[in-house]
Amino acid sequence: MTKTISRRTLVKTGIGAIAAPAMFGALPAQAQTATIKIGHVSPKTGPLAGFGEADNFILEQVRGILSKGLVNGGKTYKVEIISKDSQSSASRASEVASELILGDKVNLIVGSATPDTTNPVADQAEINEVPCITTNCPWQPYFFGRKGDPKKGFTWTYHFFWGLEDVIGSFLALWDTLPTNKVVGGLFPNDADGNAWGDKERGLPPALAAAGYKLLDPGRYQVMNNDFTAQISAFKAAGAEIVTGNMIPPDFATFWSQAAQQGFKPKIVTIGKALLFPSVIESLGERGNGLTSEVWWTPNHPYKSGLTGQGCKDLTEAYTKATNRPWTQPIGFQHALFEVAIDVLKRAKNPTDPKAILDSIIATNYESIVGKVQWTGQPVKNVTKTALVAGQWQRKNGKSELVIAENKTAPNIPMGGKLLPIS
Amino acid sequence: MTEWLNVILQGVLIGGLYAMFAAGLSLIFGVMRLVNIAHGDLIVLAAYVALMVTQTLGLDPLTSLLLVVPAMALIGYALQRLLLNRTLGDDLLPPLLVTFGLSIIIQNGLLELFTADSRKLQAGAIEVQTFQMMEGVWVGALPLIQFIVAVAVIAGLQMLFYRTALGRAFRATSDDQAVAQLMGLDTRHVFAMAMALSLAVVAIAGVFLAVRANFDPSIGPARLIFGFEAVIIGGLGSMWGTLAGGVILGVSQAVGAQIDPGWQLLAGHLAFLAILAVRPQGLFPKVSG
Repeated sequence: MTKTISRRTLVKTGIGAIAAPAMFGALPAQAQTATIKIGHVSPKTGPLAGFGEADNFILEQVRGILSKGLVNGGKTYKVEIISKDSQSSASRASEVASELILGDKVNLIVGSATPDTTNPVADQAEINEVPCITTNCPWQPYFFGRKGDPKKGFTWTYHFFWGLEDVIGSFLALWDTLPTNKVVGGLFPNDADGNAWGDKERGLPPALAAAGYKLLDPGRYQVMNNDFTAQISAFKAAGAEIVTGNMIPPDFATFWSQAAQQGFKPKIVTIGKALLFPSVIESLGERGNGLTSEVWWTPNHPYKSGLTGQGCKDLTEAYTKATNRPWTQPIGFQHALFEVAIDVLKRAKNPTDPKAILDSIIATNYESIVGKVQWTGQPVKNVTKTALVAGQWQRKNGKSELVIAENKTAPNIPMGGKLLPIS
Repeated sequence: MTEWLNVILQGVLIGGLYAMFAAGLSLIFGVMRLVNIAHGDLIVLAAYVALMVTQTLGLDPLTSLLLVVPAMALIGYALQRLLLNRTLGDDLLPPLLVTFGLSIIIQNGLLELFTADSRKLQAGAIEVQTFQMMEGVWVGALPLIQFIVAVAVIAGLQMLFYRTALGRAFRATSDDQAVAQLMGLDTRHVFAMAMALSLAVVAIAGVFLAVRANFDPSIGPARLIFGFEAVIIGGLGSMWGTLAGGVILGVSQAVGAQIDPGWQLLAGHLAFLAILAVRPQGLFPKVSG
């Protein structure tokens, strides 16, 4: 069948042709409602899901604010946040980050929670030259874990959180408030965090030695350990009164019940990561009382969100009201991550141009709900630090509360009480 | 010296837990040649069932076993009758893939229902009770109970296998399915009973695991490997072999850890490989391949 041009098609095409200039004329107007895409990667399922627990709440809040669009230089942009689950796996995080960059063509990528998410996401962003902001992972595993060179740094990827030196500082300040024999037992697993914490040059060992503490490090154990007898007998033999380290909750629970069964009773137990969440402390029952942990953020921190105007307490109360769950420390950082991202996009000369967004990240000077975020080159080019203190879980009226028991490292954060020995 | 004694003793006690992980696996492999990848997740499922029972009825975790064990057995029966029986055949692969899928479904289902929170069952004072056998050698009440229960479970399974009509049916189907069917055995029912029994053991293992340490929806697979190793060390289908496998694994890990904590799992895996190299059929094999 041969195609013949009917009168109707001719008329239609003709009208189209006449209308075309008008459509071209409309193009600048379309640019005004251009879409900025933010890619987001966090662990929503798997062993790290506790860190991504507040994501839905935070995303809903942020999307609500952005529903009116983002104003930059008199123009209003539509903002779309595409959030993907890392499934707590580094390879999955890398895969979804690359999907976001190459498939969804996001303008900015953000990621949070542990080296397993931040590092693969940042690596993908660096290779593909997309601006990237991450948080919620101590900076050494982030920076050195990605083979960062402090002299050169990275080009496209920026990070805000605290570092090991802050953990060490606040742990030492905490322990100094109680008289002990200064013998410390160390429990470091064979994972990114454990190896960084137990590192003989950059980790806890040299710092503790310098402060006059004797650290007993039996060696790296594999995560999901079933038996801590060897470590417990070593600690008992050395008469350790303090136990520290970086563990996951199931490992700590195994260690802690075995410690009791083996008659090992330290005065202070300060463990990173495992003791962050109220649910873990509740699960330990009476034995959760008196344990100590690093504190990144609490409802009592003296900061305000630049995005919603909420104080820390307002945010956690809104969270508890919306989800009927207790607050957790990552909430503040999840919120801050989007605060910083939106601030960066608002200031960027052209919020759809990678280079302009990057320049805007570098120029950031922002008061967030976790404190000031400004990349000044300290401790390294791509990292800025937030405040870190240490706290103790204390039972008050049958409920465990995280009480800030040391603020020497960040005096602007109010103390909540004094460190009590584990009875 | 006493230090080593203590370490080895704790290894033996943990071996009981591994044996319980392994007994259920060994049982269903022996009867129907089914490798259950979801076994670890079923252990976690049992822990959550126990959590619900203890929280709603205010029961002690060990008492809750009276409800959790029948509940899991029922789940096992239904699972086999409605799903896994349909996958069994000459090919080992379909059941393997279906249980793999089941593992993912259970993990994510639990995550939806219970969130990623780390939970633990509270057994009260018994958790920290302990007595000193001699200078430097401590035995916790809970690990001891756990080991005794493991031995009792294994002994019970062994009795069931060799002294009861159901056990005869298990052995008959295991030896030759076609002939067993000719003799009037309904293999679908026999398989379902085997799975029910396997999940009853899983329930016990799950409760002890949940009292020992925290659990969350994702920990199942990590616990599974020790179960597999104990089965292989002990020999496929042998119950006492499974206990021996668990204890060998527990002790070699404990000894490895005493030398250097980094060697803990490695020592267990090495013991496993050594036995696999020297006696590929395991120590006390009942089933060939």
